[in-house]
Amino acid sequence: MKSPALIFLGAFLVNNIVLMRFLGLCPFFGVSTTVETATGMGMAVIFVMTLAAWITYGVFHAILLPLNLVFLRTATFILTIASLVQLVEMFLKKYYRTLYSAMGIYLPLITTNCAILGVTFLNIDNKFNFLNGTVFAIGTGLGFGLVIITFAALRERLDLAPINPSLRGYPISFIAAALMALAFLGFSGLFGLT
Amino acid sequence: MRKREIFTRGLVKENAVLVLMIGLCPALATSATVRDGFGMGLAATFVLIFSNVIISLMRKIVPNEVRIPIFILIISTFVTIIDYSMQAFQPDLYQALGVFVPLIVVNCMILGRAEAYASKNSLINSILDGLGVGFGFTLALTVMGVIREVLGNGTFLGITVFGEAFRQSPVIFMILSPGAFLVIGILKALINKYVKKEIS
Repeated sequence: MKSPALIFLGAFLVNNIVLMRFLGLCPFFGVSTTVETATGMGMAVIFVMTLAAWITYGVFHAILLPLNLVFLRTATFILTIASLVQLVEMFLKKYYRTLYSAMGIYLPLITTNCAILGVTFLNIDNKFNFLNGTVFAIGTGLGFGLVIITFAALRERLDLAPINPSLRGYPISFIAAALMALAFLGFSGLFGLT
Repeated sequence: MRKREIFTRGLVKENAVLVLMIGLCPALATSATVRDGFGMGLAATFVLIFSNVIISLMRKIVPNEVRIPIFILIISTFVTIIDYSMQAFQPDLYQALGVFVPLIVVNCMILGRAEAYASKNSLINSILDGLGVGFGFTLALTVMGVIREVLGNGTFLGITVFGEAFRQSPVIFMILSPGAFLVIGILKALINKYVKKEIS
């Protein structure tokens, strides 16, 4: 069993959720037009991802496993996450207005973010216990935040760059993401992680 | 709209991955080889067609306020079916696709077609729409798979193409993650340059 520190580094850098695992690409390309929006999205993902890892851990080990209902995993997890996001949104709106104004509008988008659901599945597939699952979720969320914020900074510059019109928008963003992914390949092998 | 148009629209003109840019995660993650891309495409097509069928049949009895959770439940039923069938009959493919098989449930392409098309149109049209969009998705993944496998592994469906020397030292970067971003970026640029004007 890997130590929590290695799980964290693996999730944060080596197997970065966006650039190496290809999860959460819709917000990565959709909400990365400015550094400000990217920061809000990154915060919302870290927050919801950790909560979702806790809740689905409880649902899986307290309800699905004892009742032999593991085949309902996909349906229960997506509904759990959808209702969790709704609940978090209402809670923040009522009690933490500043936090809500920073990341509130990104919360509904998160329901269909495959990174959140993906992490809860990976937690089960890797047979993580509660602590390792939490560490994995936080590491993954931070990794998402890191790349979306740096990518947004890149895109702010790309908008002003003189490039061929057919490369504008998506194509040049994909090519920039390819270069970032190439840089992240440099992390593979760090501390023996692959 | 004519029946043929319903089918071809999703296949080419409104191709989910290459034109509308939705369903990107599985498209990039599972297109490292032709087999994986094609398998993923067919799995998503299966879910799309059957969820379109059920949603179209139920369109008059689903209350408007709770339609999204109902659609998600219907979709996740078919995702579970394909998840377990693939595990049983194609274990190698299942291993290669990994977490992306259960994640078909959050593919915005499928919920998008349910919400925008199947919940408003007749059964036959919804089947045609599902076939068109699903095959368009499969086509995009297979094209990417061909480019990446041929360049990155020197093979096509496991058969060596450019001779043994290239097979020994291919452009490995193409089957790794940067290759996926690069291939879709270049494909999109080519579409913008040569195809888009004719479409619009």
